[in-house]
Amino acid sequence: MSVLVGRDTKLLVQGMGGAGRFHTDTAIAYGTNVVAGVHPGKGGTSLRFEGTTDASGVPGRDATYAVDVPMFETVRDAVAATGANASVVYVPPAGAADAILEAADAGLELVVAITEGIPVQDMVVVKRALQGTGTRLIGPNCPGVITPHACKIGIMPGYIHAGGRIGVVSRSGTLTYEAVKQLSDVGLGQTTAVGIGGDPVNGTNFVDVLTMFRDDPATEGVIMIGEIGGTAEEDAAAWIAEHLDKPVAGFIAGTTAPPGKRMGHAGAIVSGGKGTADAKIAALEGAGVVLAPTPTDMGAAMMDAMKRAGRA
Amino acid sequence: MKIHEYQAKRLMAERGLAVPEGRVATTPEEAVAAVGPLVEAGGSSVVVVKSQIHAGGRGKGRFVEHPDLAGVNVVTDGVEGGVPSAEAKVRALAETMLGSTLVTVQTGETGTPVRRLYVEQGVAIARELYLSVLLDRATGRNLMMASTEGGTEIEEVADATPEKILRETIDPAVGLADFQARRLALGLGLAGDAAKNGMQFMKALAAFAAEMDTDLVEINPLVVTEDDRVLALDGKMGFDDNALFRHPGVAELRDEAEEDPAEREAGAYGLSFIKLDGSIGCLVNGAGLAMATMDTIKQVGGEPANFLDVGGGATTENVTAAFKIITRDPNVKGIFVNIFGGIMKCDVIAEGVVEAVRQVGLDVPLVVRLEGTNVELGKRIIDASDLDVVSADDMKDGAQKIVEATR
Repeated sequence: MSVLVGRDTKLLVQGMGGAGRFHTDTAIAYGTNVVAGVHPGKGGTSLRFEGTTDASGVPGRDATYAVDVPMFETVRDAVAATGANASVVYVPPAGAADAILEAADAGLELVVAITEGIPVQDMVVVKRALQGTGTRLIGPNCPGVITPHACKIGIMPGYIHAGGRIGVVSRSGTLTYEAVKQLSDVGLGQTTAVGIGGDPVNGTNFVDVLTMFRDDPATEGVIMIGEIGGTAEEDAAAWIAEHLDKPVAGFIAGTTAPPGKRMGHAGAIVSGGKGTADAKIAALEGAGVVLAPTPTDMGAAMMDAMKRAGRA
Repeated sequence: MKIHEYQAKRLMAERGLAVPEGRVATTPEEAVAAVGPLVEAGGSSVVVVKSQIHAGGRGKGRFVEHPDLAGVNVVTDGVEGGVPSAEAKVRALAETMLGSTLVTVQTGETGTPVRRLYVEQGVAIARELYLSVLLDRATGRNLMMASTEGGTEIEEVADATPEKILRETIDPAVGLADFQARRLALGLGLAGDAAKNGMQFMKALAAFAAEMDTDLVEINPLVVTEDDRVLALDGKMGFDDNALFRHPGVAELRDEAEEDPAEREAGAYGLSFIKLDGSIGCLVNGAGLAMATMDTIKQVGGEPANFLDVGGGATTENVTAAFKIITRDPNVKGIFVNIFGGIMKCDVIAEGVVEAVRQVGLDVPLVVRLEGTNVELGKRIIDASDLDVVSADDMKDGAQKIVEATR
């Protein structure tokens, strides 16, 4: 079991530029079922992807792959022709919000937006437009979603993942990789790893993903990785205390970040005394979350949380 | 991106938001020349001379060279002496303020040199209010905040009298609705023409924020005049850098002199860089990992010299530039390169580091930790070079090694 994506995911790629093609190739190598691409001017053609299979991905495949992905002008056409049920957005920032809206209009259940640098006001409009639709948006400005050995959507390196028992949710891409590798190394592995992105307005927050992990029987424990800015971690802490009886470990980045400075991510900023790492760490500790003192200790913190709960 | 008050007021005026008339001056002569026309247009003999720097707190700020002089000065000499008296006072002020260094609560102790003044009409103020639009992350929508406590920092109001802050969440599909503007006007105690003008201002400001992609627009104070006009007496604006591509007119307002040169150079190479006070330079991919690297250095007893995220799409050239920016800081006693390649490939980082050292040399210890995409290739590139590099197994190991090497 897993959340969001699995072997039955049929992926559509929006934006087959350089980045889109590169990551489509690694996704296919991993074993993701990529059924269609949408790129202006490319409708009616197809793109060939071939290479050596990623052995860490979906098991039981040939050593090499050669796939022709049909291209379409619009998402609606692509869905009608291929039955795609999820999309990933690599469209550049100026057109990314429109790409998300188009995916939602076509009725896709899941849209994963990788694009970094989408104007905030575009996301304000997108979030409003998605209300009441059946579309779940992950991101933007995120590494994507992966269920090990089943489906990889996004830009994460596949080989660090291992199937297992822990759900991973994070605002930071590279810190997700740190957590995942450590979970693999200590033998806990992952059910699904979800990057919710580093922007101030995103489609899915910590509580949304924590709820999915709570309801997934295969997920025995959860690690959440937050950073300075906003109050999403505090909200998550309150929810965990109330609703989650699975072991939770965590890490918060930005203890040493100076106030008023945007630390790379548009959302990572301490302003007006709000959004500090200390407040988030205190809230999570208050909810019984085992905090890793440094990111190198995330795997150990998760193991500690599992042991305390008698699950390891 | 931040802009100056005079630029913000020009943008507001262009979009129907009422502001006092004013003129920008970079010389005492320009400042003096502004006085006559402003007095004539405004009907008041009072003018205000305001320092134009990006930092706030100018009114309470003082000059390093002239500790008794404030950053903002009201000139009333014209009330009795007419325009010539006002001009004489403005000249004296401009000669003193221009080129001097203003220290405010936001500039730090070293202050910021004043290169421009804004000479503005005096206004007969009946009330000072506060109005702003900012992003509310909890709802993912813009939020209008208003308060009767104009002229005070909003953080102070929030601490002392939080009930005096009024809030309206703005639906992007609707904008600020009439009933919301009316609710704010009532809460601010506006009536008659002042209420009408205030509501019009609020609706226009909400539209301004959405259409111009501001991440903050703060009017403090928003004043009600004795004749019930509602005017922006100050204007602080920040714009979403990611949206500047659709506002070329705003992008042109960038004042590079107000920005840190190293941060600006980094930006030109697509790097996200923030200078800090410590001694250990950091070169990292990913904002979260870059922050966590700083935290880890601090935890093992060191102090980071910078935040640096090379991003996901960096080329060898970008990495070389990053390395040069770090090594140029005289405080840097050691460098920690910490990479977990995903979209970023370790071999690109390795080549960038090797190339940078070839170009500029290296006289401080260097610790490199590589993990992720193409890690073996990256390690081979580092090994094949004759660089004096210490390899680290993980982030904490690397932080400990660089801290030890710089002791």
